[in-house]
Amino acid sequence: MTQVEYQSISPSDFFYRNRELAGFSNPSRATYTAVRELLENSLDACESQQEPPEIYIRISEVGGSQSAETTIYKLRIEDNGTGVPEEHVPKAFGSVFYGSKYTLKQSRGTFGLGGTMAALYGQITTHKPMVVTSSTGGEIHEFTMMIDIQNNQANILKHNVKQNPSGWRGTVLEHQMEGDYSRIMYRLLDYLKQTAMVNPFADIMYTDPKGRLYRFERGTDKMPLLPKVVEYHPHGVDVETFRRLISTTKAKNLKEFMMTHFQGIGPTTADRFLEFAGMNPSTKPQNLSPDDIVKIVRATKDYTGFKRPDASCLSPIGEELLETGIRKELGLTDEDYIKVVTRKPSTYLGFPFIVEAAVATGPTVRKTHGPGITLYRFANRIPLLFDEGSCVIWKAANKNINWKTYKVESDTPLVIAVHVCSTKIPYKSVGKEYMADQPEVEKEITNAIREASRGVRVYISRKFRMAREKRRLNIFTKYLPKIAEFASKLAEKPMPDVQPLLDIVSTNIPEVEKKL
Amino acid sequence: MSKKPMNEAERRRLAMEQSLTQLGNLIYEQINNHEFPWIHMQSRSIDNIMYDPEERQYVLGPRMIRRHSRNIRHIRPFTQLIWTAWFSKELVRQRKTSTLREVYYSARGQRDIEYNDQTESDNIITDLEVALNRAREDFHIFPEERSAIFGDLTIEYTVPGYEGRRMNLTDHPDGVMIGPALTSSEFVDTSADKVLVIEKGAMFTRLVEEKAHERFNAILIHTAGQSPRSTRGIINRLAHDHGLPVYVFTDGDPWGVHIAMVIISGSANAAHLRGLTTPDAKWIGVWGSDIIDYKLPTEPLTDFDVKRLKELKDDPRYKDEIWQRELDIFMKLGQKAELEAFSRYGLTYIVDEYLPAKLES
Repeated sequence: MTQVEYQSISPSDFFYRNRELAGFSNPSRATYTAVRELLENSLDACESQQEPPEIYIRISEVGGSQSAETTIYKLRIEDNGTGVPEEHVPKAFGSVFYGSKYTLKQSRGTFGLGGTMAALYGQITTHKPMVVTSSTGGEIHEFTMMIDIQNNQANILKHNVKQNPSGWRGTVLEHQMEGDYSRIMYRLLDYLKQTAMVNPFADIMYTDPKGRLYRFERGTDKMPLLPKVVEYHPHGVDVETFRRLISTTKAKNLKEFMMTHFQGIGPTTADRFLEFAGMNPSTKPQNLSPDDIVKIVRATKDYTGFKRPDASCLSPIGEELLETGIRKELGLTDEDYIKVVTRKPSTYLGFPFIVEAAVATGPTVRKTHGPGITLYRFANRIPLLFDEGSCVIWKAANKNINWKTYKVESDTPLVIAVHVCSTKIPYKSVGKEYMADQPEVEKEITNAIREASRGVRVYISRKFRMAREKRRLNIFTKYLPKIAEFASKLAEKPMPDVQPLLDIVSTNIPEVEKKL
Repeated sequence: MSKKPMNEAERRRLAMEQSLTQLGNLIYEQINNHEFPWIHMQSRSIDNIMYDPEERQYVLGPRMIRRHSRNIRHIRPFTQLIWTAWFSKELVRQRKTSTLREVYYSARGQRDIEYNDQTESDNIITDLEVALNRAREDFHIFPEERSAIFGDLTIEYTVPGYEGRRMNLTDHPDGVMIGPALTSSEFVDTSADKVLVIEKGAMFTRLVEEKAHERFNAILIHTAGQSPRSTRGIINRLAHDHGLPVYVFTDGDPWGVHIAMVIISGSANAAHLRGLTTPDAKWIGVWGSDIIDYKLPTEPLTDFDVKRLKELKDDPRYKDEIWQRELDIFMKLGQKAELEAFSRYGLTYIVDEYLPAKLES
């Protein structure tokens, strides 16, 4: 009989072995994911101090890859964010599952892997160290380090401390990785453009391996309000979370426990709920049996007397900012139609969420996007680029809405942007590229698009009527002189003047314009 | 037979030219008065076409329509109509003729006078006929279809370069094509005492070869299928102006029957025109009853034939008993027979036996 060996692996090790889960499945996708993780980290770092982000990304070729299809790149990202305190740098970039995002509020990062995963991937493909330079305003710390994968910790090779006379604050991360830029170029540029769309307050610059500079200038200095950290809503708690809360709570009884660790629960609600759950309010939380815990968690799902979840943990972009972002990235003019709607907060399974939608159409949209619907999907302010057809947003835009009622035909150019923000985006898969059709979320998305489309019908009718009037005038301009010409030839008389008749037709156009 | 004055054709031509000028004047004045030009004309829609038992042909009803250039849907056909009028005037003035197809292509050469297809152009020409109450041949536009005529008839040309020149229609054994020159010629003299109209070219040639024109003292006309208007006009002139009885000889099927009927009672398409029908013309075969009497080789009626037979039975032109009887026989037999079916009795049987018997009765 063979002996089975048991061993534990570190989180770094786990992701090393399952890197496709985190979006590093092949060289081109890995290039894209690395940029994305780093950029999102930087945006979060800047936002948390309410400073309009200034981010510079550079991918340069290093060369020397073993494979013909891939290249070794050096990836560098600079931001003007909070900077990482010296003592946190090794952990923040040298181990996974370490960060400031494991609280209950909206944030961009998908797994909390962020920069580390990018660096980890770089290390396993190139075996080169990363360089992290950071300052919170004081000295500048420059770490050269590698990740000790088995132990999930940083292995610091060099640590330089520099003076910082200019008071620079921010982080620069530089590492090498094996990747394939050529295949992912368009996706990556698309991603940057869409990121700029929902972060109109950010200045993003990017230099690609060919040395081309792309600049996405900010359109405003205003930033959306920061999300707050909130307590759990009872509908959104599971047995494991509940158990953890109990193990750390200082509450002396169950009633106090409920009031302390859950949002929107006062003495009355606590009493009523515990009665509903069949629990004694004065029980010590630590004395609850596993069965009791299951019983309480089940009761939270059935009890209908809780307040709606607190949405202050959410940070929607807002109608004004989203419109600014879309206008600037699509280059819309006053000729075009755009309407942005931020819906009121709503919930699914105890998680608060807010849907925002923008609908745009018009001559610019026709020029840049061609006929038909172009969809932009965003979750917690990050663009979703893959698997559009599987996403609930696609379903809402293409299946749930009868576009005929908005006078939108199959060849009408239409841009629809939908942003869902939530403490928990209902992703359907680990790839986090599309959302599942949660009924509440689907309904909100559909309603948001409908609301933003309300003016489309009038806009299109107006455009249509204007175009028709112009066409009418063109027809008269074309035919009346011909009638006059051949009538005069028939009558053998000089050509009569048709201008008075054309004037009659063209005076109708301002009338129509006025009426609309 | 009285000889008409030489200047009759010329008089008609000048009248036509004047009529077109008047149309131009009307529109010219409207534009000068800052009015969107419009004209009145009889409606050609199907509900305004009715059968007139007195005239024994289809006629247009009293409903009038206004074609108005202020109407966005009318302005294009209105322009086309004025252009066609101008084109016609040029034809008439220069003593030239043209064809429906040529008109269509001439229009395409003009900037901004567009037609999607020839049907659209043909339709405008019909509109002009209705608006002016004249046949298109009067403004020198002819169809492509050419039929032929043969027999002892002396004509005198009026077309430029041939004015006053005469010809006898027996001069050419293939028959003489019924074209603009023949249509506009004067009929000077004939010794014939009847007109024999034949649907098919092969039978026409057979009759010429067998000297049917001499044996029956007839003018032979070949319609080449459904007869063109100019041919119907000539048949009408021979019957009406020269008092010759007309006999029509077609295939024994619903299509042949209807060729005869259009010669007799006209078509709905020409309801706005007079002088194209010959109500007293006689259809002498091939009848349904001939199929039985002569034991003719037949073919079964197709579904399409049967459908057409049913339509004809409901057509007001077929209300007379003799027509209903023949249509019923075809229907009952479920068979049809072509003119050539008589060949089973030899090539000359039709001239030797059948026609004499038919003309007798």
